[in-house]
Amino acid sequence: MMKAQKDKLLQEQGTDTRKVMLEIKDLYKSFGDNHVLNGFNLKLYQGENLVVMGKSGSGKSVMIKCLVGLMQPDRGFISVMGQEIKTLDRETLDVLRSDIGFLFQGSALYDSMTVRENLEFPLRRHTEKVGVVADTGPLVLEALESVGLAQTMNLMPEELSGGMKRRVALARALILRPKIILYDEPTSGLDPITAKEIIELMRHIQKKYDTSSLIITHDVDCARVISERMILLVDGINYAEGSYEELITSKDPKVEAFFKK
Amino acid sequence: MAQVFQVPKKIRRFFIEIGELSFFAGRFFKETLRQPFEFKELLRQCYQMGNRSMTLVLVTGFIIGLVLTLQSRPTMIQFGAESWMPNMVGISIVRELGPVITALVCAGRIASGIGAELGSMRVTEQIDAMEVSGTNPFKYLVVTRILATTLMLPLLVILGDAVALYGSALVEYFKGEVSFRLYFNTVFDALSYGDLIPATIKSFFFGFAIGLVGCFKGYYCKKGTAGVGLAANTAVVFTSMLLFVIDFVAVFISDIFYEL
Ligand SMILES: Nc1ncnc2c1ncn2[C@@H]1O[C@H](COP(=O)(O)OP(=O)(O)OP(=O)(O)O)[C@@H](O)[C@H]1O
Ligand SMILES: [Mg+2]
Repeated sequence: MMKAQKDKLLQEQGTDTRKVMLEIKDLYKSFGDNHVLNGFNLKLYQGENLVVMGKSGSGKSVMIKCLVGLMQPDRGFISVMGQEIKTLDRETLDVLRSDIGFLFQGSALYDSMTVRENLEFPLRRHTEKVGVVADTGPLVLEALESVGLAQTMNLMPEELSGGMKRRVALARALILRPKIILYDEPTSGLDPITAKEIIELMRHIQKKYDTSSLIITHDVDCARVISERMILLVDGINYAEGSYEELITSKDPKVEAFFKK
Repeated sequence: MAQVFQVPKKIRRFFIEIGELSFFAGRFFKETLRQPFEFKELLRQCYQMGNRSMTLVLVTGFIIGLVLTLQSRPTMIQFGAESWMPNMVGISIVRELGPVITALVCAGRIASGIGAELGSMRVTEQIDAMEVSGTNPFKYLVVTRILATTLMLPLLVILGDAVALYGSALVEYFKGEVSFRLYFNTVFDALSYGDLIPATIKSFFFGFAIGLVGCFKGYYCKKGTAGVGLAANTAVVFTSMLLFVIDFVAVFISDIFYEL
């Protein structure tokens, strides 16, 4: 009894015993006079689905790019599975990145390569991780099957619809069996039905591979279905945090603005 | 008044660009020497570049040889120097026209192609995607392309020279009744290593410039589809300008050697 209470207290104080997969502390980033992030904080725990919501242009993509070292922040501490990004050399960073799947906002499939070559691309450097020597076929097939697109193996990206591209991109992000998946607006630019399919797929993958996910979105439906915890990014800081139910009942005008239909 | 101040701003922008380009070139040399080497991609790029610009080089080379001979014949005849035609045409093609025209054609074809291709990869985040999947995009995309243009341009120049001479020989054959055998014998007698070597070295630099500027413009392409168009466009303009500068310097240097 006493112990359970203590655990709950610890959890509320943020000294959680769950493993921290990603941590951002006090992140600052500006482009000239455009101050995008002004001290943003975030923690992603193991096995969790964390949704970050923010308006268009609020710096969500900038934040997620700083996380994987695609952009250098002006100031702040970023660590992935206990390793501080800033201090890593290229080799170590590459190894660390193989544990992170990244789904880009526009899918970012290589348009000069077939679907198969797209999926094989991450394997070029990280064969030892997944234990493939010569034939990458079965691995590619499995990844494509898990997104339900095995038949597209030899097509070019331009022959796919937007929704299919997103799935192939998801398969590509999954092929190295990452521990963390970062989704940058997984449902943007898709019709509601296809968006729902993608969300279902994300949940399925989460269960199957036991990943921790950071999902960036401004789609309220997506957030409601998938989030266990949410952060609202407003004015470059984490303006509000909590579960979907907590946030939707909030009386703060800036928070309400997100959920107004 | 504002117009007057625009000029120095443009000039300043130009020098900043030159600085950035030099930095980019420095990075190319550093990364070229570092493992792992992307041989397969290099071969693919070489093949594609040769394949894409060969027809163009063949056609322009042939026409230049034809036209140059047709145009200069009457004057040469006037001076009674008809028998010097192969020498004159041969030397001007091999030393100057062949390399410069091939390079200009390739600047239009290859530099703009690279600018647009890398530009759209930048804009659609494909370059970022490469980076996070453990492949250094600079090595995979930029180094292979610059090496490919540097290696392929001299070959294309040789090809262009050959068809230009052939075009010229054709005119001589029909108009001056000079046999192909005689024509090419005269040309090869007139040419020395002093003509071939500087022209070949120059071609390597031309190829390097084409790849470098194309990649530079594409790699740092601004967001938006307008950015891609701009990257392709400025790549051609900037490359063409750079080609003439290189040509000037090359001629200047080889002139010093001729004097010795
Ligand atoms: N490379 C860059 N150079 C200059 N400004 C940039 C750059 N990248 C992003 N920005 C600026 O940072 C701000 C945040 O951009 P970001 O792409 O993170 O928005 P976002 O929250 O992802 O929006 P969206 O929902 O539309 O994707 C924007 O104002 C944008 O103009
Ligand atoms: Mg974004």
